[in-house]
Amino acid sequence: MSRLRLAAGLVITGLMLAVALLSLVWTPFPPDAIDMTQRLAGPGSTHWLGCDHLGRDTLSRLMVGARSAWLVGLVAVGLGLIGGTALGLLAAATRGAVETVILRASDLGFAFPALLLAIVLAAALGPGMLIAIAAIGLHAIPSFARLVNGSAKSWWARDFVQASRAAGQSRWAITLTHILPQLMPLLIVQGTTQFALAILAEAGLSYLGLGTQPPQASWGRLLAEAQTLMFEAPQLAMAPGIAITVAVLGLNLLGDGLRDWLDPKEQAR
Amino acid sequence: MTDEVRPAPALRAGPQASSTALLRVRGLQVWLPAPRGAWLQALHGVDLDLDRGESLALVGESGSGKTMTALALMGLLPQGARMSGQIELDGQPLQTLDDTAWCALRGRRMAMVFQEPLTALNPLQPILAQVMEPIQVHRLAPDRTATRARAMELLEQVGLESRMAAAYPHQLSGGQRQRALIATALAAAPDLLIADEPTTALDARLRVQMLALLQSLVADRGMGLLLISHDLALTARRVQRLAVLYGGRLMEQGPAAELLERPRHPYTQALWAARPRLGAGRDQPLHPLPGSVPALGQTGAGCPFAPRCPLAQPRCGEQPPAWDGGLACWEVGP
Repeated sequence: MSRLRLAAGLVITGLMLAVALLSLVWTPFPPDAIDMTQRLAGPGSTHWLGCDHLGRDTLSRLMVGARSAWLVGLVAVGLGLIGGTALGLLAAATRGAVETVILRASDLGFAFPALLLAIVLAAALGPGMLIAIAAIGLHAIPSFARLVNGSAKSWWARDFVQASRAAGQSRWAITLTHILPQLMPLLIVQGTTQFALAILAEAGLSYLGLGTQPPQASWGRLLAEAQTLMFEAPQLAMAPGIAITVAVLGLNLLGDGLRDWLDPKEQAR
Repeated sequence: MTDEVRPAPALRAGPQASSTALLRVRGLQVWLPAPRGAWLQALHGVDLDLDRGESLALVGESGSGKTMTALALMGLLPQGARMSGQIELDGQPLQTLDDTAWCALRGRRMAMVFQEPLTALNPLQPILAQVMEPIQVHRLAPDRTATRARAMELLEQVGLESRMAAAYPHQLSGGQRQRALIATALAAAPDLLIADEPTTALDARLRVQMLALLQSLVADRGMGLLLISHDLALTARRVQRLAVLYGGRLMEQGPAAELLERPRHPYTQALWAARPRLGAGRDQPLHPLPGSVPALGQTGAGCPFAPRCPLAQPRCGEQPPAWDGGLACWEVGP
């Protein structure tokens, strides 16, 4: 069962990545090409998924949306992962006052709604994809920091870490050579899960107009544009909606599958 | 094994043997933080002396403070613990060192073999990498190739085959892991080796082997060996000096041969009498020590052994006996 989850997650995520990469070199139509004669065209042999209210090809825009999703996911999760891991490791290595400050700041970060953060950033710097990425990434830092801190502390208590200290290794070197490698499975799984959350968050922010701006395409943007045409052309909302659902499902399956696969205790069962 | 007392041969003194003692500990006290701001005293003033080429066994039951002593010497007491007293290594006081100075000292000047060979090795690193670590930390070899060669040499010295170098800890047996740990501790050629129950996790047959290995290595290098053990019978004949610890206080200290021939402190006597004897016949009863070790913070004002001591008088429970002539006892004066 866990093998099946892992396989399904890999296939869906791989497919999504392939589509995103393909959109860099080829889409059926240019994603911004307006063709008023095809306005709100239904799915057919030329435009497989139909066209929007400006006659732009939905499939092409969906493919570009996959690229946006990957961009947001990678950069935002990268920001959260690197920032959060660094803070969590620092807190675990130093303990005392530094740890207290980092953990309390994380609590503060948790208490601060992601949406509010995005609105503040958008108000200050103007809305855009970068703002969405920054807001999502910043908001992921506390959860990574707390997770890494907790796990790193349990590794610090191990005999082999104490043995390394007894050999004269400094805290920072121990953090890099003995602690960080143990956290890799955890970071991979958490990173995958956060990736799914980032895609959802980007869609939400773009839908609200705080993220990706027209004419750029993202799944959230496509949903927002389709909203007013819900009854005339429901396929316009369905296409990005299904894409988001499948992508998030695939990433969660991948995360669960990886967790079971990387955890030796799970495997023994 | 016979009951004859055979002291270990004196070890060859190292090249840098000098007049100052290698290790000198005076009045070492350690407090551990307890809930609600309370403090539990784990060590009540421990004195130890150790020279180069000498081996000292610190013996006591579980909970007597042996490991706390070792951790205090290495500067690795748990977070929040407090310490007082003097620790000198080659005349250099250690209690004032900062973190950087400790890192330069640990592994290089004194190293430690940990109790559990199973958990004291990093599961994600091959054995060789772990033996190389102290050499790299203290920059004792010019490059990676030399570091590698030196680590391979160490593995050979502790009796591990070269094909074990690439193995991960889970692929080795308990004895092999313990050998790897010893190699790691010796990697930076320390002057003082602290071995915390290095044989407890091993089979009986391996224990003797491992102690013999430790001793020959220490003798070859002219190091000082502080052997921590709960097993008086196993260690007593293999070291030159014995220190008996109980409830965080030293009970008796002296040359091993003398101490075993004429144990003066009632606790040493009881500990020695309680050892199982091979070939003693099955109708020979064991002599267990009645009662149990006091928990941390449960020791009274006086001698911690008083509640279990056959010679105890009222004053034993009221005031701790002074440390006098290698003995701390009210009833058995020097």
